[in-house]
Amino acid sequence: MAEHGNGDTGAVVTTGEGESGGYAIDNPGLPPHRPRLADVDEKYAKRSERQVSVLFFISIIGTVLFFIGYFAVGRMDSFDDYFEGMSALRVQNTLLGVGSALAMLGIGLGVVHWAKTLMPDHEVIEDRKPLRTEAHRQEAEQIVTEVIDETQIKRRPLLRNTLIAAALLAPLPALVLFRDLDRSEDFGVERMRHTLWGEGVRLVRDPVGTPIRASDLTIGSAMHVIPETLREIPGHGARLSEKAKSVVLLMRLHPDDFGDQIPGREDWTHEGIIACSKVCTHVGCPVALYERHTHHLLCPCHQSTFDAAENFKVVFGPAGRPLPQLPISVDEEGFLIATSDFTEPVGPTYWERGHTDPEGDYPKS
Amino acid sequence: MSASKEKYTEAQYLEVDQYQPKTRTGRIANYVDTRVGGTGMIREFGRKVFPDHWTFMFGEVALYSFIITVLSGAFLTFWFDPSMATTRYSGSYAPLQGLEMSMAYATALELSFDVRGGLFMRQLHHWGALLFILAMSVHMLRVFFTGAFRKPRELNWVVGCALLILGLGAGFTGYSLPDEVLSGNGLRIIDGMLKAIPVVGTYISFFLFGGEFPGNEVIPRLYTLHIFILPALILILIAVHLFMVVTHKHTQYPGPGRTERNVVGYPVGPVYAAKAGGFFFIVMGILCLIAGTFQINALWNYGPYDPSPVQAGAQPDWYIGPFEGVLRLMPGYIGDFSLEWVIPTPWGGNSLALPVLIPMIPVALIFLGLFIWPWIEAWITGDKKEHHLLDRPRNAPTRTAFGVAVMTNYLIMWGMGSNDLIATHFGLSLNDITYWSRVLFFLGPVIAYILTKRICLALQRKDREVALHGHEAGVIEVSPEGGFSEKHKLPSEYELWSLVSYEAAAPSGPRPNAKGKVTAMEKFRSRLNRMWFEDRVEPVSREEYLEALEHHGHGEHTEGLEAAQSRGEIGPGTGH
Repeated sequence: MAEHGNGDTGAVVTTGEGESGGYAIDNPGLPPHRPRLADVDEKYAKRSERQVSVLFFISIIGTVLFFIGYFAVGRMDSFDDYFEGMSALRVQNTLLGVGSALAMLGIGLGVVHWAKTLMPDHEVIEDRKPLRTEAHRQEAEQIVTEVIDETQIKRRPLLRNTLIAAALLAPLPALVLFRDLDRSEDFGVERMRHTLWGEGVRLVRDPVGTPIRASDLTIGSAMHVIPETLREIPGHGARLSEKAKSVVLLMRLHPDDFGDQIPGREDWTHEGIIACSKVCTHVGCPVALYERHTHHLLCPCHQSTFDAAENFKVVFGPAGRPLPQLPISVDEEGFLIATSDFTEPVGPTYWERGHTDPEGDYPKS
Repeated sequence: MSASKEKYTEAQYLEVDQYQPKTRTGRIANYVDTRVGGTGMIREFGRKVFPDHWTFMFGEVALYSFIITVLSGAFLTFWFDPSMATTRYSGSYAPLQGLEMSMAYATALELSFDVRGGLFMRQLHHWGALLFILAMSVHMLRVFFTGAFRKPRELNWVVGCALLILGLGAGFTGYSLPDEVLSGNGLRIIDGMLKAIPVVGTYISFFLFGGEFPGNEVIPRLYTLHIFILPALILILIAVHLFMVVTHKHTQYPGPGRTERNVVGYPVGPVYAAKAGGFFFIVMGILCLIAGTFQINALWNYGPYDPSPVQAGAQPDWYIGPFEGVLRLMPGYIGDFSLEWVIPTPWGGNSLALPVLIPMIPVALIFLGLFIWPWIEAWITGDKKEHHLLDRPRNAPTRTAFGVAVMTNYLIMWGMGSNDLIATHFGLSLNDITYWSRVLFFLGPVIAYILTKRICLALQRKDREVALHGHEAGVIEVSPEGGFSEKHKLPSEYELWSLVSYEAAAPSGPRPNAKGKVTAMEKFRSRLNRMWFEDRVEPVSREEYLEALEHHGHGEHTEGLEAAQSRGEIGPGTGH
């Protein structure tokens, strides 16, 4: 199968495909083999041998280095001093990395160097086997024909058709089994229209939960806000899911800065304080950056930019909808409260979202 | 194989039982052989020939980095607990002590700070995954630009494409597991994209998250995908991939002694096995070095996932870049006209989030195109032959140009995934970068196509020139007449063969089908075919070559002539 040493003679190449004929010259065959230094002089072969063994020895040193890093460097339970602990971790990580790198590279480079300098470097020519021969193809075809004949599936279409019907239906249970991936009691899209906000729910600081007075906000400042009722939600996961819908950004603008407000939203602000959903209408990242001079809100994920003075309309980026505004007021104690829930679903657009009335009413569903 | 019909003599059966191995190794080999038939394998693979070229290495890097990622990942599973149950962190990382977080994040921190070597293995796992996808990508580019996907390897190309997509899936699911702010926002984006899918999207999101985002189900589900389903699929497909490589035998670059009917290279035993085996250790060594010295995903800086905070300048892993970038590229409004449409229906309308859906189109087209490319190209070129000799990219100018055009488009999307960092690092306006990228998204591929095609054709002409006139030797000679000429060194016949042995098919007109009719589809095909082949540089023909040899034979005369021409003494001739 393999023809060793052909390289030396510039082996004759089979040109059975009749392609070479068209080219400027005929395929000259393999170039003559050029012996390496180690092939002709044992001195150089010895040198290669020494180099390879040095590389293997470096590998051993690397392994030792790894153990030094693992056992001798800073016990991880002595993390009382934060900075000391971090630097010990850094040293240990470096030693483990460099040690194992040397251990691996020593072996790898050694073996490759060995192969390249000492193992034979004669190129070998091997014929490609045809993927099949014509005789085999005919034989296989005959077998397939006979097998199908023996099943009689062609003569009995009733068998074939009922089998197809059964096979199409059989995977459906496997699909239906996944229905309980969502076992929540309020399953469906309706829940996406409601958040914890509602009439009288206090706006509190995120994450500390202290209520906010109008006087806490100076003009140009902004605050990250959650509903006071969030802390009552039991369970970490459920709380995060509610928080994901109800995070709000609160900011105070100079009353003259406001552009034309959407009719019906005149009493949604309080002394220039305005609140909006912090969940981007694009794909839902928190719109966390507020620029006081331009009163622009920026989502750092995809740079959708909204203008707080212009009903949170989109001024740049991929969002296709303004941020929902939360109507706010103050209660008798002077703390900021919401006067209702959001009047439209917050967050990214979904198929069932549909029309939302700018007057503040959901479509009848 | 008609093995079942072959007849064996009793003696042949007895031979097997009666053979007495002489050495210890022989006894072990015989034991295995008489039970599972190992000699067949050794006969097949022991001296199997593999062509050698540095560009064949990327597939190997992908395989090895996958193995390393699996091994380091298995280590991580012994400590990592993918639970979203709440715990209060009490590990040794002081800044987060006392914070409420999920078990997933807490155990990821435990792995980083309290398990010796845990941080190293986490970083090795992450770097390994990045390299896995990078190596796959480069390997695919190599296969594409050399035409290795052509018959009979189309199906193996498809397996490779599936591996890339599974690799991306494995990468993203792993990235999301630690449940900190950065990856949580990544999941949030996935949630938003799912919800944009018409009709079923909202429910897909519900089923993935077990309710509304983020819930407390998603991390364990991603974990199952990440450590079981996706790696199992990848392993199976790698096995299929390698099996097919053995069946087809490896492709080889054109060169002296190489034909469509043979394989030229080193035998597996010992050279190829040693090189490939050694290379595994080299890849692992380099990954260890990177994991030990370059920090990646410092998740203790991010804090436990919370839907409220987010960092400016957050970047996904490199391979998610195009998906992220194309989202950033898309405008939500054109003028005052929102691209988000509401389809009026009796029940209040359905929303079409086009700013999210449209960006999915180019990405989906590129990946779909990848899968079916071998058939598209064969259809256009009408080439149904087997190919085992690779194309030098310049010798397939249209394919190369098209590939570079798609790459350009992909890279613009990829770069846009970091538009905020480009803006801050280079002091540019983020908005301007985005506007220009929107233009480049369409214009870039066109420019890239034209440039690449011209460069390929120019390189082919250069090859012709070298084949006919030799290399410029850099030696200027002055003839007795005072003419200057540069010496040319003729290439060896081995080099010459590499320069002239390629095919440049001419466009073929529309062909009538069996009924003798030229269909509209066939006319379309032939238009594409003309586009594909019309700009071409023919390889040097035998006549041209012989003529050039003649020309060199009378070197002095011609050189004198050229020199005289350059002095303007003789009118301009036809040159060469």
